[in-house]
Amino acid sequence: MGTGPVVIIGAGHAALEAAAELRAKGHTCPITLIGAETAPPYARPPLSKSYLTGQVGPEELWLRPESFFREQGITTMLGESVVEIDREAGRVLLASEAHVPYGTLILATGSRPRWPAVPGADLEGVVVLRNLSDAERLRCALRDCRELLVVGGGFIGLEVASVARGLGLPVTVVESGSRLMGRSVSSTLSAHLLALHRAEGTRVLLDRELVALRGEAGRVRVAELNNGGRVVTDLVVFGIGALPNTALASRAELTTGDGVVVDRWLRTSDKNVYAIGDCARFPSPHAAYPVRLESLQNASDQARCVAATLTGDRQPYTAIPWFWTEQCGVRVQMAGITSFHDRAVVSGSRAEGRFSVFCYRDGRLVGTESVNRSADHMITRRLLADGMAGPAADEVARPGFDLRRHPVKPV
Amino acid sequence: MAKITYKHVDGTETVVEVTAPNTVMRGAKLNDVEGILAQCGGSAQCGTCHVYIDEGNVLPLPEMHEAEDDVLYGTAAERRPTSRLSCQIPVSEAIDGLVVHLPATQV
Repeated sequence: MGTGPVVIIGAGHAALEAAAELRAKGHTCPITLIGAETAPPYARPPLSKSYLTGQVGPEELWLRPESFFREQGITTMLGESVVEIDREAGRVLLASEAHVPYGTLILATGSRPRWPAVPGADLEGVVVLRNLSDAERLRCALRDCRELLVVGGGFIGLEVASVARGLGLPVTVVESGSRLMGRSVSSTLSAHLLALHRAEGTRVLLDRELVALRGEAGRVRVAELNNGGRVVTDLVVFGIGALPNTALASRAELTTGDGVVVDRWLRTSDKNVYAIGDCARFPSPHAAYPVRLESLQNASDQARCVAATLTGDRQPYTAIPWFWTEQCGVRVQMAGITSFHDRAVVSGSRAEGRFSVFCYRDGRLVGTESVNRSADHMITRRLLADGMAGPAADEVARPGFDLRRHPVKPV
Repeated sequence: MAKITYKHVDGTETVVEVTAPNTVMRGAKLNDVEGILAQCGGSAQCGTCHVYIDEGNVLPLPEMHEAEDDVLYGTAAERRPTSRLSCQIPVSEAIDGLVVHLPATQV
């Protein structure tokens, strides 16, 4: 296989899965993972959920045992940063000044939390949540916290709010938009989540922007909002989105634009360089324009797609996007890209907290959002993957509709 | 500690010793047993750690929760009466000797 040595920049889900899948498919060239964090590849989803509560410890986060890398001949360089990609020479330069040559380079550089541009953001007690050390810091901070302020009503912010309420803390969520998870889900699901969080005792302030944080003795004490309101707090968690790590790619003059731009095969503007996971912007058959997805599914499936390409089974990336979140003890799962839907139909019971929102665009099912209805989620993923039309909106709207009785093409 | 046997579709098998507090899924991942993907990491979200419990099993397994039952509606390989998500089966001495069959595909 003419890939030459494979160097993967990153050591998160996408990076690990790419390395593991290359070996599983019989790839024999040297593989090197270069990760800036010192921790071995670990699971990220628990960091905003069970890891914060202490239900899951660090040893349960490791994705593979140390022996795996040894036995599979995968070199890991952890705590190392790449400072430059030399495409002409086919090598990467590390901060330690070492060079690592590559035949094929995979960028799995991930994303970083967006920091707010407000005065006081540098006070003690102001944190973000992205990696294991962030999670460790937040887990400790929650123990001493008396009043938590979450800025941003998206996935991370709401999961943290939910955990903190479970620990009995007073929690305020400030969201600049008019609804929760506004960029990701239908207004029906937004409204349901708002009701859930409020019922748990979380104070949710919509259409409010943070303008400044004020502290005492270097520690955050008060948040000031754009309507003149003030929130007393001693711990502020920002969950206001993430930015793709594209600096290396841009310096190497690869095409970027809110992500490293790749083609349907996840290849960048250089035929020997691929980009996968949070950092990649790719054309999706499930969206009208190129997208960048920050999800475990996307990281894993893109890794497997590139591994297939590099081992001679070249396929465009077409996997169905799916996401999940756990909030207020509820399982919320999303299948497909629903953000551009023009009709939403609810099946199930909102009052009982078990329902799905079926989202349509031009009469075609583009995805579902399920609350404690995993069967709907799973079957939707199958339907979309198989290119099936799915049930018509009017059918879903009928009382007693059950997707489990809808025919799915056998695999 | 429990001995778990993972039977592959090609007729071969991998036998590993798994310690608590792990699950049958994690036993496979920790020992590099092929055929279990476990994309979601064990949250009963993805359905890619699907296994078939051996027909002759007499060991006590935990009852299936509604969420697991729901997820099994969407597995890539056909669902059978013996289907389980291996991330929902904790390892303990009570399941020492468990035999699971891996499906042909997880995605």
